[in-house]
Amino acid sequence: MALALALGALLAALVVVFVARPFLREPAPASDRLDEQGAVERLRLELLEARDRALAALKELEFDHRTGKVTDDDYREQLGPLRRRAAEALRALEPRADVRPEHVGGRH
Amino acid sequence: MAALGRVALLLSFALVVYALTAGSYAAYRRRRRLALSAQNALLAAFGTTLVASAVLLTALARRDFSFVYVASHTSRSLPLGYTLSAFWGGQEGSLLLWLLILSGYAALAVWLNRRSRELVAWVVPVLGGVATFFAFMLCFVSSPFDKAVAPADGAGMVASLQNPYMLAHPPMLYLGYVGLTIPFAFAMGALLSGRTDERWIVATRRWTLTAWTFLGVGQLLGAHWAYVEIGWGGYYAWDPVENAALMPWLAATAFLHSVMIQEKRGMLKVWNMVLVALAFNLSIFGTFLTRSGVINSIHSFSQSPLGGWFLGFIAVCVVFSVGIIYLRLPLLRARTKLESLVSREATFLYNNLLLVALALTILWGVMYPLLTQAVNGETRSVSKPYYNFFLHSFGLPLLLLMGIGPLVAWRRASLRALGRTFIIPAVAALVTGGALIGVGLGSSTPGLLAYTFSAFVFASIVLEFVRGTRATGSLRRLVAKNRRRYGGYVVHASVLLLAIGIAGSSAYQTIRERGLNQGQSMEVAGYTLTYRSLQNTQHANSQSTSATVEVSRGGSHVATLHPGKSFYPVENDFGNDVSIYHDPRTIGDVFTIADQFDKNGTLFLKVLVKPLVNLVWAAGFLFVFGSLVALWPDAVEQRRLAERYEPGAVAART
Repeated sequence: MALALALGALLAALVVVFVARPFLREPAPASDRLDEQGAVERLRLELLEARDRALAALKELEFDHRTGKVTDDDYREQLGPLRRRAAEALRALEPRADVRPEHVGGRH
Repeated sequence: MAALGRVALLLSFALVVYALTAGSYAAYRRRRRLALSAQNALLAAFGTTLVASAVLLTALARRDFSFVYVASHTSRSLPLGYTLSAFWGGQEGSLLLWLLILSGYAALAVWLNRRSRELVAWVVPVLGGVATFFAFMLCFVSSPFDKAVAPADGAGMVASLQNPYMLAHPPMLYLGYVGLTIPFAFAMGALLSGRTDERWIVATRRWTLTAWTFLGVGQLLGAHWAYVEIGWGGYYAWDPVENAALMPWLAATAFLHSVMIQEKRGMLKVWNMVLVALAFNLSIFGTFLTRSGVINSIHSFSQSPLGGWFLGFIAVCVVFSVGIIYLRLPLLRARTKLESLVSREATFLYNNLLLVALALTILWGVMYPLLTQAVNGETRSVSKPYYNFFLHSFGLPLLLLMGIGPLVAWRRASLRALGRTFIIPAVAALVTGGALIGVGLGSSTPGLLAYTFSAFVFASIVLEFVRGTRATGSLRRLVAKNRRRYGGYVVHASVLLLAIGIAGSSAYQTIRERGLNQGQSMEVAGYTLTYRSLQNTQHANSQSTSATVEVSRGGSHVATLHPGKSFYPVENDFGNDVSIYHDPRTIGDVFTIADQFDKNGTLFLKVLVKPLVNLVWAAGFLFVFGSLVALWPDAVEQRRLAERYEPGAVAART
């Protein structure tokens, strides 16, 4: 019983140290603020997701055409809009000299 | 050592309460160190729960009957493997297993996603909240560390649990049930943090697939346990606890499909949140059914006072998840719409509706006795015909959709393209259906439809691989480029095997029963079974009586079977010892049950001939293989996702 309680106390001490570790390692940090997803980062992610989706859609169309699920006519009809969407998504990700992060953030 | 176990559990409780409260405060007030501290608390809770589990396992291995739990579930004569499996054989131990798996999963998931601090900051309190409930139950309601004066011997284990499948089936199910907490926590974390981009989906994709695989394998192992142990000749009886595992699996299956629509088209964001919440809540409901004993089931080995606590917790979870989804609806609006009702995404949607409808009708069937009891004080339950009706109504169209989906293009498909891709599978289906009717197997409409649709699905899957291989140049490249899709097709093939096995072994099975004296024979579906002799055998923890039955076919001896019964004196319990001949020619079984022996030595033998039943078990292996293919990491995709979500880390590495 005594041994079990001693082991339990040791376990508790270890746990307390481990849980308090972030405070022990940085007793007086320059900033204790948790990273927050800003408007710029949010927009960047949206654009990246849109880009990946547009490129994936193009790949899917190409693959569906090659495997016979999309006829030549349908392929030609769908290819243009999808290419345009992919190009727009890629253009939106290009850095623009006239848009500083504050401006991007300000629009949202 | 019980004191150490109690202390460890109290520490777990304190840690998860801290993860919940400090984690919520830190996430809300944006306190970095406090959020990290809450995260550490969750990691530490795994360590302390591991210590508590080690204490219980040690007590079981030492057969320390001063632990009430050990004395209640084991005995001196119980073999060591079964003694250790008592860890999850009883209520307190299985709750401890829940907490152990949950804290282990939580620690790993949080650690793997530690760079996404904003999201993880909210995931920690959600995981802490779920863990708090289980730690509370273990500390204050149902402790495995209660002590009493040790009896000379324990009460033993229920006879039906003394089966090798019990070593793997419950842990597998728990790995599945508990695993569904991780996608739930990340989904709720995403809503709480307002990060409704796809980060939470990327973080939990493999967790969902892993939990779903475990749940699927766990159910198949359970079905096989029922088949070889319960001794009624079947493997699934629509028992409430079996249904309890099936429902979250169906919801998770729907989610695995619909999440692809969100990834590819940015649609169904609300629906995916609903499915994740539904799968999680159904997994808690499943645990409640298994552990509370409120509904009569072959799996409810004890009545317990846990029911009220579980119902309260389920209510909190449902209100929390519905509330948060409702509050965040504006963030979940899709910017794209379904372009056509004839497209791949539309077939996924139909599949989702059928899967959820099936899950909900099963839920209604499971809850019916509780509801009738609550409304008019009289317990009424629905039986096999109810479930079979809905299985046929929703399951057969689902089977067909499994074949249609791969043939339809994304976005929209024209009639001309459909005609081209459907022709071979449609011919295969018609030929199969016609052939079955031709050979006189058209007596069962569901069976006939299942086989006709199966032929369609099989042809569709084969075509997918053939056309894809032609398009990419090699099968290896094809699969490597899209492991999830082609792993998914392998899983579809396993479902196909399952459907064929189930249809064959239920729609076309033969059952005969009669009393036989030694030397007498009976004929069943082309087999002759001759009763030769009777033996009594003493085992370490049981006494068995078994018959020797010779099986022949076409005049040739094919097997000797030993159906019988065992008596477990410590438990004062009987078990059925079924004996099975696996016939490689029919991929089926000759399943024998010794229903009764009378004092004159007459054997009342029940024989079931179940064609194709072994496809059900073979499906399990294919299912695991397909899941592994889908789970296998894709380096290119991981780089792309890292660039998307962790640009700093990628830049630092390059």
